[in-house]
Amino acid sequence: MSDAADPQPTEWNQLDHRTVLATGVVMLGVVVAIGVPTVVGLASWQGIGFALGWVLPGAILVVATVTGADELRWRRTRYRISRDTVELHRGILFLSRRRLARARIRAVDTSAHPVMRAFGLTKLTIGTGEQGGGGSDTETIVLDPVSHETGERLRAVLLNQDDASAANGAALTEDGAHRLATWRAAWVRYAPLSITTMIFVGVIIAVPFQISDWFGRGGLPVEVVRGLFERHGVWPVIALGVPTIILAAGIAAAAVNLEAWWSYRLDREPGGTLRVRRGLLTSRSLTLDESRVRGIDLIEPLGVRVAGAARVQVVATGLSAEAEQKSELSTLLPAAPRELALEVAAQVCGEFPSMLLTGHPVAARGRRLRWALITIAVLVAVWVALTALTGWSTWWSVTVAVVVALTSAGLIARAVDSYRNLGHALTERHLVARRGSIRRSTVLLRRDGIIGWQVRQSFFQRRKGLATLVATTAAGRGRYTVLDADAGRALDLANQAVPALIEPFLVDPLVQPAASERSEGSASSETI
Amino acid sequence: MKRQEAPVSEQASRTELRPPTHRYDRRVVAWWRTQLILMTVVVVIPLVTLGVLIAPARSWLLAPAVVVAIIGGVATIALPAWWYRFHRWEVTDRAVYTRTGYFWQNWRIAPMSRIQTVDTTRGPVQRLFGLSTIKVTTASSAGAVAIDGLAEADAERVAHELALITDATPGDAT
Repeated sequence: MSDAADPQPTEWNQLDHRTVLATGVVMLGVVVAIGVPTVVGLASWQGIGFALGWVLPGAILVVATVTGADELRWRRTRYRISRDTVELHRGILFLSRRRLARARIRAVDTSAHPVMRAFGLTKLTIGTGEQGGGGSDTETIVLDPVSHETGERLRAVLLNQDDASAANGAALTEDGAHRLATWRAAWVRYAPLSITTMIFVGVIIAVPFQISDWFGRGGLPVEVVRGLFERHGVWPVIALGVPTIILAAGIAAAAVNLEAWWSYRLDREPGGTLRVRRGLLTSRSLTLDESRVRGIDLIEPLGVRVAGAARVQVVATGLSAEAEQKSELSTLLPAAPRELALEVAAQVCGEFPSMLLTGHPVAARGRRLRWALITIAVLVAVWVALTALTGWSTWWSVTVAVVVALTSAGLIARAVDSYRNLGHALTERHLVARRGSIRRSTVLLRRDGIIGWQVRQSFFQRRKGLATLVATTAAGRGRYTVLDADAGRALDLANQAVPALIEPFLVDPLVQPAASERSEGSASSETI
Repeated sequence: MKRQEAPVSEQASRTELRPPTHRYDRRVVAWWRTQLILMTVVVVIPLVTLGVLIAPARSWLLAPAVVVAIIGGVATIALPAWWYRFHRWEVTDRAVYTRTGYFWQNWRIAPMSRIQTVDTTRGPVQRLFGLSTIKVTTASSAGAVAIDGLAEADAERVAHELALITDATPGDAT
């Protein structure tokens, strides 16, 4: 195997040749999974000999082609780690050459699905912290795959810059790392409380329709349910069916969570990197240069929040747009007890996150309640219209009325809760902003990571003396908001958070010195 | 929730943002009007054409056309004048500062030290009015600040000065 990673010489390395075996095994699995049902189906129709005679050669052809293509890919792929750059040459028809400056490398991810793990292989993704321009694609080199040992060594070499630690990087990471959090099986209990469960409820309902549609009987599930209604009565079926579906969805959510976060650990490694390792079947690892971290986002979805738990996401520059959408990639800590989440946040931020927030004016609650009332008015109007115009039975009318009433109560509760959650604070190094009800989010944004301000005021906000302050940053979503704060306080907050940035543009109508400051400021700073 | 953090009550503050020093070029009003007229026409003409051609659906097509035309007409007359009074900009040696909007007011501040690119663009319609847009971007995907009603000569001068200042300011802008 020629994929030893020597940090110094500029010798070309190849990927691990076992990739061809791994691909072969995966394709074999795919072929068996598709081929066996096909053979069974064909055999019942034309006889076993006919079925095997067609399917077997086809299967062999598919496996051979894909494996052969992988062999070719392996032959045509070369990478080189020199003192200053990482280079990758690849491509069968179209050659692609990519070069990254090592000084710009900010993140190294590894991931390995079960077959790769069996062969001791891992997929290494090397990324710079760059945004925009050519997009994440041109700023990333993927080595798919290298041996597990090579992957570990390259990871250490590429992120720890200095050669001494690079030489025995793998050993050093195990010894010198500082463990910030370790997975506990009990955390799985938070998984069914998340939105995933709702998604699985949808899946469980949708899948039977889809499958019966394939066989040209799209209405079958409805008929089955109607049959059950007729045989056992409506209420017993609902009383038994709904909890069963929710339970199944909850179990599915727990299973997904278990696969994703099994044996999770969060380490701070020497050389200033954070490392997340996790996964039951597919093992994943994310290594982040701490210089990219601009803060954290403490996320508490309603169910998880009620259970006293929270999730921690990192706000870092250069996580691609894709990573932003898949929150999994920027998650430092899955839903875990809130105390631990705060502790991890404190470790990452370097100071304990103050949760003593300044609340926002009562007018902000009025805005939320007004929106809730408008929605309720629409719901009621729809209910009235449907009841009056369609020949609804009383049973339907009452049932829908109950649903509307419950939804209305929920909307009011949400309005009140999201007002209570509004808040902001300023700590020594962070701006803290909290919002949301169904998904409460408390952002701790590094004050020196704020690279601009926006102040927004709608017509209604202006009448109530409210304003929304937006801090722009190079990290994460790019903008973090302090929603519906007192207009003057929002400006004071911005002024305190980042000295001298907004100050030249502020006036206090009651205090005269500010006016003189203003003229002085505009006079000295005027360039046009 | 066991550990409810009681929000600290707050008193109001009187701090305000002062308006940026410069207005947009006067010609921007005509440009905005043209844009609004174009937007209205693009909707109204197809509706009217179809209304004339398709007799059975005539009232269903002409009624919305009239509504859109009235809304568009009122907006064309009223909005640009309001916008013009509110839109302002300022470039200091420390930051770019703009105020835009009317119903949804928006103040933006981008510090010089964080500016990555300075673009000057002229749209086809915009060019008819001798106007330019200056767009300043920062490393934040949400941090762009645009001044879109500058006279061409002003825009060129401002862009040049911005380039000089940002070049002279150290830092990697993130």
